[in-house]
Amino acid sequence: MSKENVLEIRDLHSSFFTDSGVVRAVNGVDLVIPQGKIIGLVGESGCGKSMTAKSVMGLLRYPGRIESGSIRFMDKELVGLPDKELRKLCGNEMSMIFQEPMTSLNPVLRVGRQVEEAILVHGKAEKRAEAKKLVLDMFEHVGIPEGEKRYSCYPHELSGGLRQRVMIAMAMVCRPRLLIADEPTTALDVTIEAQILQLMQKECRESGMSILLITHNLGVVAEICDFVYVMYAGRIVESGSVCEIFDHPAHPYTRGLLHSMPVIGGDQEYLYAIPGAVPNLLRLGAGCAFCGRCEKAQDRCREEMPELKAVGEDHFSRCFLHETEG
Amino acid sequence: MMATEANVNINAEIGEKDGVKAKLRRLCRQNPLAVISAFVIVAVIILAACAPFLTPYREAQQDLLARLQKPSSAHIFGTDELGRDVFTRILYGARVSLVIGIIPPAISLVIGIVLGLAAGFFGGKVDYVIMRLADIMLSFPSLLLTMVLMYTMGRYANSIVCIFAALALAGWASVARVVRSQTLSLKEADYVEAARSIGVGKWKIMFRHILPNCIPSLIVLYTLNVPSCILSESTLSFLGIGVQPPAASWGLMVNQSKQFLFSMPWLALAPSVAIMIIVLAFNFLGDGLRDVLDPYLQTR
Repeated sequence: MSKENVLEIRDLHSSFFTDSGVVRAVNGVDLVIPQGKIIGLVGESGCGKSMTAKSVMGLLRYPGRIESGSIRFMDKELVGLPDKELRKLCGNEMSMIFQEPMTSLNPVLRVGRQVEEAILVHGKAEKRAEAKKLVLDMFEHVGIPEGEKRYSCYPHELSGGLRQRVMIAMAMVCRPRLLIADEPTTALDVTIEAQILQLMQKECRESGMSILLITHNLGVVAEICDFVYVMYAGRIVESGSVCEIFDHPAHPYTRGLLHSMPVIGGDQEYLYAIPGAVPNLLRLGAGCAFCGRCEKAQDRCREEMPELKAVGEDHFSRCFLHETEG
Repeated sequence: MMATEANVNINAEIGEKDGVKAKLRRLCRQNPLAVISAFVIVAVIILAACAPFLTPYREAQQDLLARLQKPSSAHIFGTDELGRDVFTRILYGARVSLVIGIIPPAISLVIGIVLGLAAGFFGGKVDYVIMRLADIMLSFPSLLLTMVLMYTMGRYANSIVCIFAALALAGWASVARVVRSQTLSLKEADYVEAARSIGVGKWKIMFRHILPNCIPSLIVLYTLNVPSCILSESTLSFLGIGVQPPAASWGLMVNQSKQFLFSMPWLALAPSVAIMIIVLAFNFLGDGLRDVLDPYLQTR
């Protein structure tokens, strides 16, 4: 693998083995995260975004597991790595921020102690006093004022924005190479969202950390990402640089997503919505998973799965349209 | 200027504290009975601890010339058939009841926590084996179980130690069930996943992240287990297989006074009322604590 890539996911399949059948939540995903870049992963709810992240972090639990594929982090293969080894990487070399700051902190532990835990688990500090100093530095870094006072607060004493900052401090206190942010701002209001995004962007620029930003908010993607992957029903349907995706969306699904964004000052009376819903992953046909909702679906779409094909420079899309158009 | 503004904002965001003091105040207001019970328990503990200073008699001191006396200023609750002062024996009996009320539930709590955590966290075969063991324990009448244990162990060990072992063994199963069910739901919690994502190991997650969240229900379970253990000891002693004479125990005193039940009722009444008071006090306290600590009942 090339030196600049922090994470390379190749043909990853992760599934849930339920009583009613195998749910292929991640169905052959390829994803590359270069160093120092912010990569966006967008898609509707239930399309496998979080499953991809959890596969990387080894957080899949019964009945879910990785079936096949490869996840290379730096020069380590994560698929098949014993849990003990993986736990050494997690929080240290790569870490994750969760969607819900309200429930992602243990209610009975002081927040300072929880952040400190990451340091102590990975042996980054010998003594608690040392660790506490690191925590307070981190608190200041992520913009938690009066860190000394916050250190001994319980999570319920902090607001959502502060809690998410604590989560970020927890994820970044060991200076990871890769940060996976799973909808970090979904539960926050817009002003706090902007602050949190700025903070992540700053971190990325200053320390060369890479970020995988999972979101369904295209505005956020346009704001801070360098490269975007669009996911649908467990597959990557389009990938490209932010400019390419926003200026020349190739896949009908991406076009639909962009079209459903409300426009300020636009004269549209109704907000556009992609018709239908995400298909049941238990009953996926042979064809393109989007064909049931696609305006331009042809007979071929129902029978065959299109391949990811280059439609521009560093721009790929999974659709038969490009063959006929191009 | 920006910084100060942010400070003000963040200070405003911090919610009000629902600390220990507030909880205690709520307990006093909503459930005075629980508070009274707590005082009663403390009083009994003090009385039991200071027994030698509160009475001129010794626990097993016999005075055969003053047998079966009515309550008087010398003997507040009268004397029994061997001329022993009943008040003195009640005080010393409280020691037995308190020790048996407090220690065996503590032992079963520890066993129950460890087994319940293991069952809930590891699941699978571990869970199956531990829970079937608990089912067997719970389906067996606990009094019968303790009686069997007392009979078989009585030859090898001191009777108090036997009672400890028997009651602890009979009590762990219900603790394990509660801990297991809480562990099952808590291990799916976001913060457990977050802890895993920063590399915290299994054991730390079990004891640092899951166990502290079980504590409110464990406190309640413990305070409700105390009276049932006190009752079991009284029952065993009444049946003659618990505390052995000449040591004093309330159950034993009821047993020894049963032949005078109609001629000298105070002999049986005094220990019976003592048992009733301490059991009720622990029960009321347990109920009160549950109201305060149970998050689902806090909305009232």
